[in-house]
Amino acid sequence: MNETELMDQPAANAPALDAGTQAIFVDYLLHLGDNGLILGQRLGEWCGHGPVLEEDIAMTNIALDLIGQARMLLTRAGEIEGAGRDEDALAYTRDALAFRNLLLVEQPNGDFALTMVRQFLFSAWSYELYRRLTASTDPGLAAIAAKAVKEAAYHRRHSGEWLIRLGDGTAESKRRAQDALDDLWIFTDEMFEAQPGDAALAAAGLIPEPSSLRPDWEAMVERVLAEATLTRPDPGFRREGGRTGRHSEYLGHILSELQFLQRAYPGAQW
Amino acid sequence: MTLAATSTPKDAADVRALLDAVTDPEIPVLTIGDLGILRDVRVDDAGAVTVVITPTYTGCPAMSAIELAIRDRLLEAGCEAVRVETVLSPAWTTDWMSAEGRRKLEAYGIAPPADGAGEGRGALFAADPTVRCPHCGSQETEKVSEFGSTACKALYRCRACAEPFDYFKCI
Repeated sequence: MNETELMDQPAANAPALDAGTQAIFVDYLLHLGDNGLILGQRLGEWCGHGPVLEEDIAMTNIALDLIGQARMLLTRAGEIEGAGRDEDALAYTRDALAFRNLLLVEQPNGDFALTMVRQFLFSAWSYELYRRLTASTDPGLAAIAAKAVKEAAYHRRHSGEWLIRLGDGTAESKRRAQDALDDLWIFTDEMFEAQPGDAALAAAGLIPEPSSLRPDWEAMVERVLAEATLTRPDPGFRREGGRTGRHSEYLGHILSELQFLQRAYPGAQW
Repeated sequence: MTLAATSTPKDAADVRALLDAVTDPEIPVLTIGDLGILRDVRVDDAGAVTVVITPTYTGCPAMSAIELAIRDRLLEAGCEAVRVETVLSPAWTTDWMSAEGRRKLEAYGIAPPADGAGEGRGALFAADPTVRCPHCGSQETEKVSEFGSTACKALYRCRACAEPFDYFKCI
């Protein structure tokens, strides 16, 4: 088992980083974990409300994968931080300003088309990201990425096929898919936007440069949009700020549901 | 007095034999060995047992139930110190499911992962694998949904016998 990274022995495999880089890396791991946690929570809102039973199950299955990834990523963030915060402390006791997720994932579900467009734009990106993170110099993150990339590929396929079905479907389904794409496109630049600390993390081999994901992401998106007979929105107004804690009004409402129990009954277990 | 077969396990082989009774709570015909999630068993000189498992999917809710079942089984058999470790790397793949596991799955009514099919770059437009109906054996089947009753399964339907069935998806 010498090729195996033991999750239970973080101290043994944490990369040696100076304090500044370590703090930036913790923030980056929170970014990844929060993406999974918040999108998983959004998808969970569909439970019992899906347009058909199969898709109801699909969305909650995807939520399960994303929350599974979030648990591991937040656990890893806590290990690297070394301040005694575990996955629960990070998920349930941080305020909105301390969340590092993309604005895209906190956007409301809208209709089924919007949820599928959001999922496709996100999964096409997370697939490219996790594929590269399998080579991270942090063995803990590399191991999580190796699991997550397989799941992201599956989510990308599922949502991509829905985009094609909706875009190249009826006039109504096409209109809804195009509207969703137009509404969400302003949040996509943020995925490729580097934060000041990212260069140091990339230089240490911990993460890829965010902008390096763009060509492969665009190629996949273009391919699916062409098949779906949907039009790529014009670049223009863009929104960003999730990675620095400047969120939309929606995040606070998500957290009020997600964190209620642990806020009202701190440390409650079941 | 000689040791009976039910006495305290002495080595990794004894522990593995005991773990043959530990099954996936959601697919009770498969042992954790059949599934390929049992990665290692170690017994140190003092008799302390370490069992290493890996999740199929990151969010698999069965993992804690499996961990408890392993612990219960070994403590019940007389092991005094049991430690269950979860590892992520190398990532689990359906290739690790045993031939016996595949046979048992099909007999149970779940189509086993198709040979050779696998996720890779550009899988988006790849053809779906041919999945054999576990009820009638026909290959005239179609996918109903990419997601089934658990994270590891997809939902299919047989066009020959008209029965729906789960397919253990290939990752």
